[in-house]
Amino acid sequence: MRRSYGKMAIYGFAVLVLIFLVLPTLIVIPMSFSSARYLEFPPPGFSLRWYENFFNTPSWVDSFTYSIKVGLCAAILAAVFGVMASIVLARVKSKWVDAIYYVTMTPMIVPLVIIAVSLYSAYIQMKLQGTFIGLVIAHTVIAIPYVITTVSGSLRVFDIRIEQAAISLGAHPLKAFMKITVPIISPSLLSGALFAFITSFDELIVSIYVSGVTSKTLPVRMWEGIRIEIDPTITAISAILIMITVAFFVCMQIFQAMSRKRGLSQ
Amino acid sequence: MTQAQQAVRLAAGRSGEPRNRLWWLIVPVVVFFLVFLVYPLVRILYLSFFDPGFTLEHYARFFTQPAYFNVLLLTIKTGLLVTVLCLILGYPVAYLLANVSDSVRNLLMIFVLLPFWTSFLVRTYAWIVILQKQGIVNQILTKLGLIDAPMQLVHNSIGVTIGLTHVMLPFMILPLYSIMKGIDQDLVKSAQSLGASPLQTFLRVYFPLSLPGVASGSILVFVISIGYYVTPALLGGRKDTMISQLIAEQISGQLNWGFGSAIAVVLLVIVLAMLYLFNRIFGLDKMSFGA
Repeated sequence: MRRSYGKMAIYGFAVLVLIFLVLPTLIVIPMSFSSARYLEFPPPGFSLRWYENFFNTPSWVDSFTYSIKVGLCAAILAAVFGVMASIVLARVKSKWVDAIYYVTMTPMIVPLVIIAVSLYSAYIQMKLQGTFIGLVIAHTVIAIPYVITTVSGSLRVFDIRIEQAAISLGAHPLKAFMKITVPIISPSLLSGALFAFITSFDELIVSIYVSGVTSKTLPVRMWEGIRIEIDPTITAISAILIMITVAFFVCMQIFQAMSRKRGLSQ
Repeated sequence: MTQAQQAVRLAAGRSGEPRNRLWWLIVPVVVFFLVFLVYPLVRILYLSFFDPGFTLEHYARFFTQPAYFNVLLLTIKTGLLVTVLCLILGYPVAYLLANVSDSVRNLLMIFVLLPFWTSFLVRTYAWIVILQKQGIVNQILTKLGLIDAPMQLVHNSIGVTIGLTHVMLPFMILPLYSIMKGIDQDLVKSAQSLGASPLQTFLRVYFPLSLPGVASGSILVFVISIGYYVTPALLGGRKDTMISQLIAEQISGQLNWGFGSAIAVVLLVIVLAMLYLFNRIFGLDKMSFGA
């Protein structure tokens, strides 16, 4: 009997922690529909004024579209680089390849503030400071590890004999890869690219340093908004971002389920 | 295509030779990382020693001036506190996840992964909304009569600790869970059938078996939190400056490249040393981010 009480206490505590994990984020959603001029909880009334404010303020909308542009470019670049690297990382066995793997994983490990200031310093020298391409490159560096972990993982378990069969039947190795392997690993490729997009879309500190004065990503614009005054428009943007995240999360679960079905991930 | 050519291809396919012909595919990534990751980091290392000529003054300044060195101590202290809190909060959650049916687990996993996926800026902002003077926590505490006047919960160390713990929890739960899932339940059952009490079973069988998860989650949380910028910058006050803010402030605020770089190198060395330790014990491939 004591055992079940103890277990129940632990489970109860765990459930409270799970609530602690999600509740703070979700509280932003009702706040975003508030009619109050300041952040009040519970909201005194319902209104869409903060959403209207977001869509009617050019600086917010511009930074939103800018973020999407940067995110898409970074995700595509990271996917291309990541897949190319993954082929070698998954199939060639050598000490050099292992060393390269660790280098490609460093952006996940090195504190982003260090990546930010070091790129800032290099960009001033390279004349990339404040440019769109510079920002895309910076985000690509940060996003590549996420593509490599997902794609090289599924390439490792992929049965290479299928591809070899195509080559032995006369297909060019590149064609065999594109026509046979890519379709089979596409779910993990998509989830890697999605991860890359979210990484770029969420990234703040590197963007603060690398982006220019005129074009700002959404996180940078939000950052400035939060620091200067607590503008409730940010609750509306936050709510929009949470909904986008949930949509992405569902896509990701679908891709991973597809990948599992093909026996390419655990 | 002649038969001979085909035979050559077949043979090549069998010996796995075409795989090695693909090595050039890694060249673009290597060049890309050399130019946009390795070179910038080396530049920072260079600036920390050569600004303007060769000097150790920047490092000396950091380690001897209490105002700066205390930032490092505060950062480590906060990192340790957050790690312990994450362990206390995360362990039961990982235990729950490892011991429920698959369908329940998938549902509960959403609770762990959703915040992990949500913009950290949004999450930090949410804490400002909740913890501010007229926020929910203060309202509830006042209504319950526990406090007379609203407490200061943000822009101080309380805010930083709460915000960081919230952001770091998934990094603790996921490695813990992956180790706990692999623990053989028969060992627990046999300990109990031999007469051990539930507490004894936990302390002498289950907990020691979960230690690799405890260690890897703790190192992960500590390493990430000491380098974290956003949460301390938004939820902390002036007195709670962490090392990442100091680096940012020295470089973009004061244009003190040499000194800022030296602090960045110190932080980098600490992080790499922790990860070296991690690698020696578990191997870096064990480091999963819940992807």
